[in-house]
Amino acid sequence: MDAADGAAERGFAMMDDLVFKAAGWLGLALLALVFAALAVDTPFAVHMVIIAAACMIALWAGVSRADYAGMARGLLRMPQDQGVYDDDPVRWGVIATVFWGVAGLAVGLYIALQLAFPALNLGIEYTSFGRLRPLHTSAVVFAFGGNALIATSFYVVQRTCRARLAFPTAARFVFWGYQLFLVLAATGYVMGVTEAREYAEPEWYVDLWLTIVWVVYFVVFVGTIVKRREPHIYVANWFYLSFIVTIAMLHIVNNLSIPATIFGSKSYSAFAGVQDALTQWWYGHNAVAFFLTVPFLAMMYYFVPKQAERPIYSYRLSILHFWSLIFLYIWAGPHHLHYTALPDWAQTLGMVFSVILWMPSWGGMINGLMTLNGAWDKIRTDPIIRMMVVALAFYGMATFEGPMLSVKAFNSLSHYTEWTIAHVHAGALGWNGMITFAAVYYLVPRLWGRPRLYSLRMVNWHFWLATLGIVFYAASMWVAGIMQGLMWREYGADGYLVYSFAESVAAMHPMYLIRAAGGAMYLAGFLLLVFNVWATLAGKVREEKPMTETPYNAAADRPLASVPAE
Amino acid sequence: MASQPAEKRFSHKKLERNVSLLGFFSLIAVAIGGIVEIAPLFWIDNTIEKVDGMRPYTPLELAGRNIYMREGCYTCHSQMIRPFRDEVERYGHYSLAAESMYDHPFQWGSKRTGPDLARVGGRYSDEWHKAHLIDPRSVVPESIMPPYAFLAERELKAGDMARDLTALYRVGVPYTKIDIAKANDDIRAQADPNAGAGDLVARYPKAQVRDFDGDPTRVTEMDALIAYLQMLGTLVDVEKAAPQEQAHVPAAASGAVR
Repeated sequence: MDAADGAAERGFAMMDDLVFKAAGWLGLALLALVFAALAVDTPFAVHMVIIAAACMIALWAGVSRADYAGMARGLLRMPQDQGVYDDDPVRWGVIATVFWGVAGLAVGLYIALQLAFPALNLGIEYTSFGRLRPLHTSAVVFAFGGNALIATSFYVVQRTCRARLAFPTAARFVFWGYQLFLVLAATGYVMGVTEAREYAEPEWYVDLWLTIVWVVYFVVFVGTIVKRREPHIYVANWFYLSFIVTIAMLHIVNNLSIPATIFGSKSYSAFAGVQDALTQWWYGHNAVAFFLTVPFLAMMYYFVPKQAERPIYSYRLSILHFWSLIFLYIWAGPHHLHYTALPDWAQTLGMVFSVILWMPSWGGMINGLMTLNGAWDKIRTDPIIRMMVVALAFYGMATFEGPMLSVKAFNSLSHYTEWTIAHVHAGALGWNGMITFAAVYYLVPRLWGRPRLYSLRMVNWHFWLATLGIVFYAASMWVAGIMQGLMWREYGADGYLVYSFAESVAAMHPMYLIRAAGGAMYLAGFLLLVFNVWATLAGKVREEKPMTETPYNAAADRPLASVPAE
Repeated sequence: MASQPAEKRFSHKKLERNVSLLGFFSLIAVAIGGIVEIAPLFWIDNTIEKVDGMRPYTPLELAGRNIYMREGCYTCHSQMIRPFRDEVERYGHYSLAAESMYDHPFQWGSKRTGPDLARVGGRYSDEWHKAHLIDPRSVVPESIMPPYAFLAERELKAGDMARDLTALYRVGVPYTKIDIAKANDDIRAQADPNAGAGDLVARYPKAQVRDFDGDPTRVTEMDALIAYLQMLGTLVDVEKAAPQEQAHVPAAASGAVR
């Protein structure tokens, strides 16, 4: 009897818990609807309805998945198998990475074409360049890149700590909460909701939501490290940890603002003018540093050694690399403000640290590349390794170009021109894109338990399409940037400026076409990834010749017979 | 490595085995640079000094600025003229720090797909701006700017601007109580010459009072945006401000001006 009572009691408690959670979601949904009703602008109302819908989905997911039969009998839900890693959020993250990748690249191609053919703005506010450009940058950086980072960090931290994720429910909240952030940000841009500060465009309430998600992310990540079964914290986790901590700092400080009303989307930055400019570029440059560099280096530190089946080249170098990189990067922000109203000393400080930064950047690249010592033949036989190597090569190139452009003499020519665009895309497409593709190709067969990818030859095609696409993209924008810079400052023999601004715009047209072609190739390569991932998930394996070439020729494999001289 | 006796005072192994220490030191490492570079900007002279003529935006200009931000104009237009001969000849006097002191947020921009706008005010007529915003290629054939015809058709619905002015007041913009109380009336007062400007120009010196979009019957988003564009760079008399700027800097150190 006692046992039955206990079971019934447990059953009631579980039912209580479920009802409590469902009521919580319902309450949040109603609160969001109240905000929607009181909203002073339409986009805010739309966003509150989206939030209410998200709460209802969470409620439905909780209620429909509950084990009612088990509750009735007072059975505790079967604990998940502790003998395997908790990879559901990783699997969702890989799919989200692929989904947002298509969106981000497609919007990028579209706005590239808008610059060549302005009729593509369609005369509608929702499809004009000014609104789609933040959509493109956020979709590739925060949606594609962010999902790749959350997914790989959850994968890597479990493997390198030999422990399951701490707080599994919180980990799921991180994934879905981050998707809600992305949906709110993306729909906001299209509706014109923006703080108008590059890469920090989401408005105050979206920022607040991201802060909550980020703190939970920090807790899950650190919690998993705390319960590790390995004495050491692996180097990849240092980089992920620094990424999570520093992004929190940057995000909170840079987004300090006061909303006009809590029922509206509009807010005003806490800082103005020079202070706002430097705070923003302290954030903006370190979004490059701590979103697009540090955690992607974490990916390098895990996936390159795994794929190459070699240990990381130098342990000491990784220590030096980590501390010098994170310390120096923060100082580089002012190089975005050369020759502006920012005080000269701050500009010079930014320049000097940017140049010094070249060293730890290349130290990291060398540590990654030299990991292939003794396995260089894999560049020929393994297209995933090849992607990693090219990613590191582009990382090295972009981190040389960056310090160069931050020298004031160069910057006076390159600033405000397409050269900047060439630079960021060499980094984003070459480094972030390629290392992420490699990680996705590495993860998919392992996460879904497939013998191998659907097709390695397709990976090879993806590699070449992407590489050629970057070459077209970067080369055309280099030429465009230098041409702009020179045309704007060209003086004739008569002492007058030679070109009107409009003439420099007209001169860009062929370059914009070549850039769009490069972007189309890059997108085409990515669509091969989408197909390859889909086919692998569907359990298909393509019959194809293995990538290992250099065929064996038995006839040639013998000593030369001596032939008498004639 | 394990063969080494643990005699060293500090070993990196300590950090590698303790996530709190690792997180703490990495936070210290990333906090230093920002503090050293950003904090002084809040008290050193040449970033907080005032120059004659600077005033907060009128509510109509502010509404126009919000449209400028909403449409992402900053993605293609800078508002920061650098001290180079060609830029000064093309766009006007280089920008002063004080000229963006009431900009929450700043709109200096990072890219010139289109030209700089820091001193575009007064360079073109209202009619030109209207025609250009409705169909950029009708006045500049080479332009690749998106058309913004919808601005002319849409009534300005800025909401209660008193809230916006209050929020800006809270972050340090010196709006007066009268400015805030009259925020909504000021919009109509500035865009409708028949409404009577009242004390608008007294409170906002150099405010331009007229119908900006050629449609006096109503205040449109076009009115607000053109009012904003036409005031850009017009507040400060830069020739007078230059000696004012130099007064704070010893003559030998004033190498910034080219």
